[in-house]
Amino acid sequence: MAVKAAGRASSRNHDNPIPKPELIQLLTPEGELTPHPDYPLELSVDEIKSLYRDLVLVRRIDFEAIALQRKGELGIWASLLGQEAAQVGSGRALEPRDMAFPTYREHGVAWCRGLDPVKLLELFRGVNFGGWDPREHNFHLYTIVIGAQTLHATGYAMGIQRDGAVGGEDGEAVIAYFGDGATSQGDVNESFIWASVNNAPIVFFCQNNQWAISAPLEKQTRVPLYQRAQGFGFPGLRVDGNDVLACLAVTRKALQAAREGQGPTMIEAYTYRMGAHTTTDDPTRYRLSAELESWKLKDPIERVRQYLIRPGLAKEDFFAAVNAEADEIGARIRQACETMPDPEPLSMFDHVYAEPNALVAAEREQAAAYISSFMTEDGAR
Amino acid sequence: MTSGQTRQHRPRAARKRPAEPVTITYREAMRAAIREALQRDDRVFLMGEDVGRYGGCFAVSLGLLEEFGPERIRDTPLSESAFVGAGIGAAMGGMRPIVEIMTVNFSLLALDQIMNNAATLRHMSGGQVGVPLVIRMTTGAGRQLAAQHSHSLEGWFAHIPGLKILAPATLEDARGMLWTALADPDPVLIFEHGSLYNVSGTLPADAGPVGIDRAAIRRPGRDVTLISYGGTLGKALAAADRLAGDGIEAEVIDLRTLRPLDDAAIIDSVSRTHRVVLADEGWRSGSLAAEVSARITEQAFYQLDAPVQRVCGAEVPIPYARHLEQAALPQPETIAAAARAVVG
Ligand SMILES: Cc1ncc(C[n+]2csc(CCOP(=O)(O)OP(=O)(O)O)c2C)c(N)n1
Ligand SMILES: [Mg+2]
Repeated sequence: MAVKAAGRASSRNHDNPIPKPELIQLLTPEGELTPHPDYPLELSVDEIKSLYRDLVLVRRIDFEAIALQRKGELGIWASLLGQEAAQVGSGRALEPRDMAFPTYREHGVAWCRGLDPVKLLELFRGVNFGGWDPREHNFHLYTIVIGAQTLHATGYAMGIQRDGAVGGEDGEAVIAYFGDGATSQGDVNESFIWASVNNAPIVFFCQNNQWAISAPLEKQTRVPLYQRAQGFGFPGLRVDGNDVLACLAVTRKALQAAREGQGPTMIEAYTYRMGAHTTTDDPTRYRLSAELESWKLKDPIERVRQYLIRPGLAKEDFFAAVNAEADEIGARIRQACETMPDPEPLSMFDHVYAEPNALVAAEREQAAAYISSFMTEDGAR
Repeated sequence: MTSGQTRQHRPRAARKRPAEPVTITYREAMRAAIREALQRDDRVFLMGEDVGRYGGCFAVSLGLLEEFGPERIRDTPLSESAFVGAGIGAAMGGMRPIVEIMTVNFSLLALDQIMNNAATLRHMSGGQVGVPLVIRMTTGAGRQLAAQHSHSLEGWFAHIPGLKILAPATLEDARGMLWTALADPDPVLIFEHGSLYNVSGTLPADAGPVGIDRAAIRRPGRDVTLISYGGTLGKALAAADRLAGDGIEAEVIDLRTLRPLDDAAIIDSVSRTHRVVLADEGWRSGSLAAEVSARITEQAFYQLDAPVQRVCGAEVPIPYARHLEQAALPQPETIAAAARAVVG
């Protein structure tokens, strides 16, 4: 969606008026449906219930992971708390044949791609390298270096284009996830340029959770992020990132446009990181709790519940069943995490190269000899 | 930090008082150095990701925003190339920026600015344009942050003409190297090993700037020279303790400055002990340890009673699991084992 005519001047003292942001919303925080002419969404009650289920389950998985990290079972965890709707809405818009490139926080998208959350725990516990098979789920591995994946996604999208998988009934598309902070990186801006001039079949899905560790949005931008897309030559739009229906609808439309050969779209999902940046962070050092409180009123799960509790939609037993399922998943992944075997020390020499390598082999041998020298000297080791 | 510690950082030219040693961590020593620089020279400012409100990813600059304000403690957008490049511009314009990069791995996003620009500008401008910039960054492994946060690339930067590379391993150097680096007319990179920030000890209350052109003997000995720097110094010292138990007296050298290297100190020690073990967290191939070893071979070959040995990081991306990570790094035991082997 293109930027509407220039709106009010910004509150800042600046000559260029910044167009007033427009927020696409289909479900209000109070649970009212607010249809949008550009984003019609026909969903049955069962479909909305299943979105609700996903939201609750991914929040529970996240919750368990934080608890496991606190108990020392995981090295670190990056919580998705508050971003469930952005992730589930966009994740459910993907077709199995589409490809997703996540950051380190996309546990909700992982869930929608059919990834067992235990895989995520294995990754953050450090017991496996890589975590999962990206081809099995069309869900790439987590990326830590901020913004790098947007270029990988762009290159991948250009590959799809070259394979002739764009246009037609069963076109494919790519979605690249990144944060508000990432928009300041050269890589991300370069990926916009590349995707634009190549008309690549890609959706840039920015979860603007208002923070990049301790840096607030004002550090990264003076214009609403989605408005940047126009300068790169493709449409950008802002969606209520806490509204799972709107996230689903706008992402579906953008992906469809990409699959049909109409090129990139940037979606700014306006949301909030309700938790810490990661389990090593303490957000009270840099932000006010009032901000968090105001976002709690826009909770992504509560509004779907508010909608569903209307007469004739979902009964108490539905909510009870979802909670029971969440308990079950929580117990399962907790148990799985606590019983994961430690990797063999020599496994660190695997996969440095695809083929056998003399240098790595020599070091592996030395390490093996060193380890076994302990065994003989001191059996207790 | 207590206000008592704050007071000691008055310009040292002030009246000499009997210096009471203060207990301080490496992190606090670094912070004291930054604070002193900000107080002494109003051209100095600090910028980087999360350095202000957050107090730095490793809490080095905690409290400095409150003390010096946002003009001098500048939180930047998330863009390493931009804030290093802007630091170069500011330095060219007469400022004395301290740029903080979260970890050495992310300095790679700014490598063009560091290497193609900061390091070459003086030469390529016929001496007209200097870049008196200081870049600080965390280096090294051991904190379970996985490969993209944990490498030791200071040896790599030490390859580059035009740069000076410092690796403060002690409290004194954490406290004293920064000011000397800021006074330098050329770009200086300071590598702070992540495992050191919590190390605590005592410093004289009037501790201040130190030289950056000499290596230091951190423990004298006559049987073998252990050469290390930064995060491996403590491990080399621990190895020396173990060796002492076996009756081997190891001399431990802290390189301190990785470019330019203090050849004389290295050769002098080797000429006395005739045996050398190099401990370096960087990968062995093409490493700083390789460079030091080559210099010993060139300059003191006939002094050696045994081949030079190197204990380096395993030639793999640093693994994330704690026990794998520890196995990938030089450890006191592996350094001591190498020393026993050369002593024979
Ligand atoms: C190139 C690079 N620089 C710095 C970091 C350290 N870092 C990790 S996450 C982060 C903030 C990212 O913010 P944003 O893009 O908004 O994503 P969010 O964490 O909010 O999901 C930073 C600076 C990094 N991982 N990579
Ligand atoms: Mg963010």
